Amino acid sequence: MGTLERPVLIQGGRVIDPATGRDEVTDVYIGSDGRIVGVGEGLAGSGTADADVIDATGRWVLPGFVDLHVHFREPGHEYKETVESGSRAAVAGGFTTVCCMANTNPVNDTGTVTKYIAQRADEAGLCRVLPIGAVSRGLKGEELAEISDMVSEGAVAVSDDGYPVMDAHLMRRALEYARTVGVPVVVHEEDSCLSGGCMHEGRVSTELGLPGIPAAAEDVMVARDIVLAEITGGHLHVAHVSTAGAVRMIREAQARGLKVTTEATPHHFTLTDEAVRGYDPATKMAPPLRTGEDVDAVIAGLKDGTIACVATDHAPHSTVEKEVEFEIAAFGIVGLETAWGLTYRLVQEGKLELVEAVKALTSGPAAVFGLDVGTLKPGASADVTIVDPKGSRTISNTELYGKSTNTPFHGWELPTRVERTLFGGRTVYLWDGERGHVGDTEEVGLQTV
Amino acid sequence: MTGFVRKDLIGLQGLSADEIGYVLDVADQFRFVNLRSIKKVPTLRGKSVVHLFLEPSTRTRTSFDIAAKRLSADTFSISGGSSSTTKGETLLDTARNLAAMHPDIIVLRHARAGAPGLLSDALPNTSIINAGDGRHEHPTQALLDMLTIRRALGGLKGRTVTIVGDITHSRVARSNIWGLRTMGAKVRVCGPRTLIPPGIEELGVEVHDNLQDGIRKADVVMMLRIQKERLSRGGHFFPTSREYSRMFGLNREKLRRWARKDVLIMHPGPINRGVELEPEVADGEWSVILDQVENGVAVRMAVMYLVLGGEGAARREGRG
Repeated sequence: MGTLERPVLIQGGRVIDPATGRDEVTDVYIGSDGRIVGVGEGLAGSGTADADVIDATGRWVLPGFVDLHVHFREPGHEYKETVESGSRAAVAGGFTTVCCMANTNPVNDTGTVTKYIAQRADEAGLCRVLPIGAVSRGLKGEELAEISDMVSEGAVAVSDDGYPVMDAHLMRRALEYARTVGVPVVVHEEDSCLSGGCMHEGRVSTELGLPGIPAAAEDVMVARDIVLAEITGGHLHVAHVSTAGAVRMIREAQARGLKVTTEATPHHFTLTDEAVRGYDPATKMAPPLRTGEDVDAVIAGLKDGTIACVATDHAPHSTVEKEVEFEIAAFGIVGLETAWGLTYRLVQEGKLELVEAVKALTSGPAAVFGLDVGTLKPGASADVTIVDPKGSRTISNTELYGKSTNTPFHGWELPTRVERTLFGGRTVYLWDGERGHVGDTEEVGLQTV
Repeated sequence: MTGFVRKDLIGLQGLSADEIGYVLDVADQFRFVNLRSIKKVPTLRGKSVVHLFLEPSTRTRTSFDIAAKRLSADTFSISGGSSSTTKGETLLDTARNLAAMHPDIIVLRHARAGAPGLLSDALPNTSIINAGDGRHEHPTQALLDMLTIRRALGGLKGRTVTIVGDITHSRVARSNIWGLRTMGAKVRVCGPRTLIPPGIEELGVEVHDNLQDGIRKADVVMMLRIQKERLSRGGHFFPTSREYSRMFGLNREKLRRWARKDVLIMHPGPINRGVELEPEVADGEWSVILDQVENGVAVRMAVMYLVLGGEGAARREGRG
């Protein structure tokens, strides 16, 4: 994060900052050090005279979004995504902080790989990319990885995401060890003995003749890990919760005071297994799209706070892995550029308040990992997302900023539009009314660089 | 409108009773071709049919091949072993390469559910006939089963058909459920709960846990093949084929005690004699298993004829 030539004044927008409880039309003043000086009218004083002014009249001014769950594929699978291309997708979706999973090649299971990813993120310079280290060496679920080393190189959590940790003893030790180091263990809950399918097991899988993944595959692992979180006092973060049963058990665990948190993806609160009819591999992910009842439970969990945040599980795959028979297609879809619009749909449908939706993408996730982001309070990094509430974005898989286009939302018109993303006070994404610009802000005549 | 106006036959789900009835009527006509001494008509002369069998199959492929040849189509056969798919070529690439050679029909057998739809989307100018895709559908099998029942019993409406065995992994069961339900038959499924897929009741079928209840008063009992691999791959579906046979296998004794006297016994083949069917039943007076095979050729002739436009196409091309 470099310093700015001049301070920046975002003027006249509706500033919504759930962390401080602010929701009012006012100004945001960013110092030339790239940090928030203050929010409010008349704070300008002498300092703002030479500031670059961004007119945010009629716009929402939000803290930059935070995503605890992305796959940037670097090192090793750069044909799917890189830290740089993933960062472009992130800022185009309004995200300024993302946490990337360890299932790279080599796996991020040593401090050296962690350091490499952090360095690539710095070079891209578009947003904050925070590595998540592996729980086990090679994600094999057999021996602990060097968690402390990775944390000292910048890892913010540990996870074998993509794979469950089937060995309960190893999971117990991981929770204890991670607690020592002070990071959460993020878990992909899918009992591999019960799983083995490619979509949710139920009426639709029966009709389609596709092998199923029962909800129980997720539920039994959540149940096990809640027990282990209790005896270890560790912080268990359940990734991409997708079943009504898991939401209920997590709610109960929280009520008992356990350190158990969870996240939900936009696809799990937007689509059901009905979307798999047609066998489009863009509807294949793990956990799979569940039933309407599960979708309702996930939304209820977001509403009552059981689910702390929205996370995308942005999982780019190339056409080589996706333009094949459904059963052999790779699991996962991209999500960074559709997350805000899909979350806002819940507001439109009256299922979430606007401030709850914003919280689920800002201070909510920041609190889970203890990150000092997701707010516009004075002193915070000036990560700001400006949304045009009257705009919209039609998702096209030929117009995504990431390298891969595996989205089930192709052709969807999503409400509102991310119009500008600032990272450390610098505009890194701008929609000029016709097209978006990432990183190349000089081209559009901005003076904020 | 009565008729069958579709480019492809992917499955029986979604077909109307009129459409299915029409296919069966046309198949009934083609049956006579198979009984002549010269078993060939020029209906599809100059048309190319590719049999793309990416999963092992002998009887279905032979049946399709005989059907195509009796319609005077030129046939080409690509099987899993000899095709590029074993060299890592994707199904879509195989399909596009085939499409460049302008076949009129591709008959696809594939181990993965949904593969025929993928092919159909990629090849807008080629008719795709599903010869079995994973656990999903095997529409010509169900059509030949329905033709067999219709011919034996005079109709399908109001009849009770019990399908016994491994419903979970069976495309034959799924296609029959769609087809029979659409034609107004009652369908029961019967087998160990380990082989009954979740939500099957929602397709309008009754589930029975024991054979005695399952076959009581049924007009037709359709026995499915028990794949011996199910025992070895850790699926834990049933402990031994001996126990399976004791619980769900059919023998003369059980039939005498529990079934209608005039019940029809069907099996899509190949039979595991001594597992799901005792030889005395497979070869007995109840069995219409060989009628199924015979009707299979007629049904496949009808389907190939209809996906290429039926009467209209035949007139244009001068049907003999």
